[in-house]
Amino acid sequence: MKDSEIKRLLSAHIFCVFSIILTTVVPSLFLENFSVLGTHLTWLCICSICVTIVNIILYIIFKPNPSSKRISFAHKVTRFLKCCVYFFISCILFHGIIVLYGAPLIESVLETFLFAVLLSTFTTLQCLCMLGPNIQAWIRVFSKNGAMSIWDNSLQITTMCSIVGAWLGAFPIPLDWDRPWQIWPISCSLGATFGYVAGLIIAPLWIYWNRKKLTYKSR
Amino acid sequence: MQRWPVLLFLAWACFLFFSGIGLFTSGFLLMRIELTNRSSCSDPLAAPAWVGQGKAPGACWMAQRFPKAVLLIIDALAFEFARFDPAKERPRPYENKLGFLHHLAGSQPRHARLYRFRADPPTTTMQRIKGITTGSLPTFIDVGSNFATYAIKEDNLLSQLVQNGRRVVFMGDDTWDGLFPQKFFRSYFFPSFNVKDLHTVDDGILQHLYGTVDGGDWDLLIAHFLGVDHCGHKHGPDHPEMAKKLTQMNEMLRSLVDHLGNDTLLLVAGDHGMTETGDHGGDSEKEVNAALFVYSKTPLFGAHLPEEPHTIPQVNLVPTLALLLGVPIPYSSLGEVMAELFSGDGETVSAALTQLSAYHINARQVDRFLRSYSLAAQDLSAVQLRRLRELFSAAVEEYERLLARVREGLPASPELEARMGRLLGRFQHYLRAARAVCMESWARFHPLRMVAGCMLIAASCLLCWVASELAVALDFSYRSYLLFPLLWGLAAAALSGLGQLLTREGPDFVLLSSWSAAASQLGFFWHSWSRRPLRAHLASSQPPAASLGLRQRLVFPMGLLAIRCCAMFSDSFVVAEARVVPFLLASLATLLVGRLLWHGRLLAPEVPKPPLGSAASQKESWQLPWLLAALLACLRLSRLFHQCREEIPHCQPSPFLAPLSSLQSTQAKNLFYLLCVASLAGLVYVVRRWLRHCGNLNSSSPLVLFVRWAFPLVAVCIACYWAVTSGMEGTLGKLQELVQVALVGFPWAVYGLASLGLLLVLWKPMTVFVKDSWVSVRPIVTPYQGAPSSQADLLYVIPQIYRRMQESLKDQLERGRRRATVAAYGLGSVYSATLVVVLTLLAFLLLTLHSERMSLSFLLLFLEAFVLLRLHVCITSLTGDAALFVVPWDAVTAWVLAASQFFYATGHQPVFPAIHWNAAFVGFQQGHSSHLVPALLVGANTFAAHILFAVGCPLLLLWPFVCEAPGSRRRKQKKELLEEEEEEEHVMEMRLQESPERFSAALLHLGLKYLFVLGVQLLACVWAAMILRRHLMVWKVFAPKFLFEALGFVVSSICLLLGIFVVMRVDCAVSTWLRQLQAR
Ligand SMILES: [Zn+2]
Ligand SMILES: [Zn+2]
Repeated sequence: MKDSEIKRLLSAHIFCVFSIILTTVVPSLFLENFSVLGTHLTWLCICSICVTIVNIILYIIFKPNPSSKRISFAHKVTRFLKCCVYFFISCILFHGIIVLYGAPLIESVLETFLFAVLLSTFTTLQCLCMLGPNIQAWIRVFSKNGAMSIWDNSLQITTMCSIVGAWLGAFPIPLDWDRPWQIWPISCSLGATFGYVAGLIIAPLWIYWNRKKLTYKSR
Repeated sequence: MQRWPVLLFLAWACFLFFSGIGLFTSGFLLMRIELTNRSSCSDPLAAPAWVGQGKAPGACWMAQRFPKAVLLIIDALAFEFARFDPAKERPRPYENKLGFLHHLAGSQPRHARLYRFRADPPTTTMQRIKGITTGSLPTFIDVGSNFATYAIKEDNLLSQLVQNGRRVVFMGDDTWDGLFPQKFFRSYFFPSFNVKDLHTVDDGILQHLYGTVDGGDWDLLIAHFLGVDHCGHKHGPDHPEMAKKLTQMNEMLRSLVDHLGNDTLLLVAGDHGMTETGDHGGDSEKEVNAALFVYSKTPLFGAHLPEEPHTIPQVNLVPTLALLLGVPIPYSSLGEVMAELFSGDGETVSAALTQLSAYHINARQVDRFLRSYSLAAQDLSAVQLRRLRELFSAAVEEYERLLARVREGLPASPELEARMGRLLGRFQHYLRAARAVCMESWARFHPLRMVAGCMLIAASCLLCWVASELAVALDFSYRSYLLFPLLWGLAAAALSGLGQLLTREGPDFVLLSSWSAAASQLGFFWHSWSRRPLRAHLASSQPPAASLGLRQRLVFPMGLLAIRCCAMFSDSFVVAEARVVPFLLASLATLLVGRLLWHGRLLAPEVPKPPLGSAASQKESWQLPWLLAALLACLRLSRLFHQCREEIPHCQPSPFLAPLSSLQSTQAKNLFYLLCVASLAGLVYVVRRWLRHCGNLNSSSPLVLFVRWAFPLVAVCIACYWAVTSGMEGTLGKLQELVQVALVGFPWAVYGLASLGLLLVLWKPMTVFVKDSWVSVRPIVTPYQGAPSSQADLLYVIPQIYRRMQESLKDQLERGRRRATVAAYGLGSVYSATLVVVLTLLAFLLLTLHSERMSLSFLLLFLEAFVLLRLHVCITSLTGDAALFVVPWDAVTAWVLAASQFFYATGHQPVFPAIHWNAAFVGFQQGHSSHLVPALLVGANTFAAHILFAVGCPLLLLWPFVCEAPGSRRRKQKKELLEEEEEEEHVMEMRLQESPERFSAALLHLGLKYLFVLGVQLLACVWAAMILRRHLMVWKVFAPKFLFEALGFVVSSICLLLGIFVVMRVDCAVSTWLRQLQAR
């Protein structure tokens, strides 16, 4: 059972990685002068949207946490609306945190906000997909022994990798290399993306390696 | 464990670091050997006089061209100031103001010329005066001695003139008095140090200038104007005041030229330029580019007119002026004569011959200097020297050949002229190459000393680490860890001193101290190694105390510390450190909170805990996110106060850094003034509120009275001082005297009151209100007010009731003797209360030294420190470490990071131009007689954050105890009950008092950890400076960074000792008090 589950996880993640790679390549066919560095904001939008869509599709296909109860349509709608609100709040929160960490307050607000959106897509959106708008569950997952399935584990790993990637992405900014990718927030968003991709790849491998040690409490 | 050994051990650890710093500095900061040789007229350097041109009587190496010269130095006369561009439509305040120079150069091109005058960095006035008079190159170490001007020992232009019987008259900047004592025939010195004073020096000069010129009893007249420079420092170049000042200079030049005779040479020079903010000291293009203007009423230059002004190095002035005035070139001069000034009015060949002979003399003088220098010191490379010699001898041979040909009397031919031109080029090439070689080689290091200094610092860090581990284990034998190493060190010092005596070198204190430091370190490590088996035995007998948690808690702080250290190796990161440090601190705090979340300590009701602990931790886990947010907000707000470095483009320095008096609009001024006063009042209020909350504001001891009455008084004094300084420009003439008195009086009042407070702290540091009552009928629970509202209170109260009852029973058994009940208010926070009082006093002092609006930053500093302490307490209690006496690494690292963060947030940068020199005049309007006081004031200003955080360091240990009592926050005052002849359960900080052994060990442990974190940062700086010593940015970034870090370390460590000393003083007082109580 476990191996098949890991395979499902791996295929989902590979799908995700490909979608991100496609966002860097495909738009240049339709848009003139498109490049990740040159028209960074466009790419940020495209990438966020693409990752969102892919995540939702994957959620629908794989249903990582199937609930036994039948849910009414109205319940689904409120749940969806709640998710949207949560996502928006997380964008604002990320924006605030990024500014507190030293991003410019007034200049390049749009850049900072889109970066916050990207970060939310990599982290909050996944949580919303997998756990629903349930903060208690989130807190449970992000604690030492809180993972209840390999999906939870992969969620832990990808989220942390994205955030660490974004954090590491801040380090090249002060260097005097005068590279185009040192402009705010390119290095950070690239860092977050690389971190996310790395997390997507690492998670199945790590789970595969530790499959003997991983035992999950049943709910 | 006693108290004194703790201090002694910490002081010894500091000494180890200091000696390492000293050793490294002696090898790193550039030094040049100064030769004491002097040139004289009889030196056989001059060319054999050729046919038809006998030596004039009285002439020295060359015939005297001008009997008189006027050297006007206009301090900080940048090239842009002197340049005149008529095409400019809207000149800025500093442009096109010296129109007279332009007029002279335009109307008499053979009489006047403007040059770009390139100063060698460092561009501080004293270095530049040295360069202009000795013709030698400065070295980095001289920058530091700008405060203390020392007489120039090397041969220089002035001593040459004096030696040859010329009269030198000086007027202006009194720096010259220190540099050339008793060299002047007559002198008019005016104080130079007060940079706010634009007119004293200039007006003083103008009073004497024309009369002296007309009097004629002088050969060289030097006038050093300071107004332009001071105007730059005060207002910046882009200010109407600068236009006024430059116009005044223009008028001065116009009338001076009218007074000059035909035989007088006039030189107008700037000693350095000015940055956009009006500062100088570094090596940026704007600071280095000064102006030089040459004029005489007899024709000087050839007909050829250059399109763009020539650029000449500043040292070139020395040989030129010496030869023109007919005195020998100073011995160590490396300058090259300015050939145009030797062409005169003759025809081409004779002009070229004069130029060649000047060059020849100059080359021989430089060659002679290089020979003697290479004999005295080995730092010039032999290969380079040989190459220079070859260049020199080839040029001289060619010169002799040419001279022989001229002697033959052949007619001038184009071929001869071309040959002369080539020879001129050769001489020039030689002289420039010689200068380049010297410049390169005087960036000379002492690699062995540098490596040894590095090793010493690294070993000291290791020692701090090892000793702090030992202190935790409560296995600290002073005999083997302090006494024996000290003896080893003394022995080594004696030995090396003896060795130095035997080899008859002068005593070298740096070497002496580093030998003894190394030996004592060796002793420490030896003894700690030899006691290893004993310790292992001890450790096995004791139960392991929370070792797992401690090791885990090491990862984040050490990782971030490592990142910070790595950042020291990149010039970009050093430049951007003001932003890097808050980022790292924010990351550290976030990681700590995140780890608590990860371990489920933050919001996990299922973790089984005792009910009391759970109630407390529930509140703390609720507080934690808010504390984190507050910390992040403080970090972000502190960026409002940053100063700029020139390396960061488009950087706007914080508007708060400028004094209020520079504000144009009165409304804004008033608003900001109110804000500053409000922040000051807020500081006083917060501190008093906290003290009252802890119950430390009730007693009538002198210190408490001081806090109650003198704190507001100090604040009022500071506010008045600000009012006077910010409104100084607009005051009426009549009030001027009163204002002067106030400008001195208020700061002195602050100094006096603050030192009075510190003395009181040392004298009677207890802030405990003791209620001494003889009771016959005793209520059961005296010290509690109100009903026990929560479970926690009940838990606290019930044992008390029980103990009371038990005691009253016992009392009845003891025949009802009357007994004393002593209720002591505020005993639970007696240590931290005193420390907070000391910190506030220091903050008042440091506030006064900063510009008014920095008070906001100080308020922020206190807030952030408070948030950090709360965060530390929350994290500690949630992590559930049993080791309350051990301050974890994360707290210490965060504290050190906050200290560096506020170094930047109080408007400082580790570069010399960013130093707030104005601090030296707070309370000393008239300048200083000694150099110690201004150095102290400026140092205190620069390292304000280091001082506050280092003194406050013991709070990290004390705070968890202060916050320990549950529910104490709700009550207005915290009471402690102490009973005679009864072991009472002491809470809060009395737990420290209860176990003096562990208290001392904890203080030692904390101090060592703090020193370790500081030391590791210092080590990284030192290492970076050593490895990158050939880096392009070394003098701009790494060397200043190293100096600031080293000085910051010294200040921090001394203040750390001070803080620990205060805590121990309180401890002494408390123990005495308790003993007295027991004796009653
Ligand atoms: Zn100057
Ligand atoms: Zn100056």
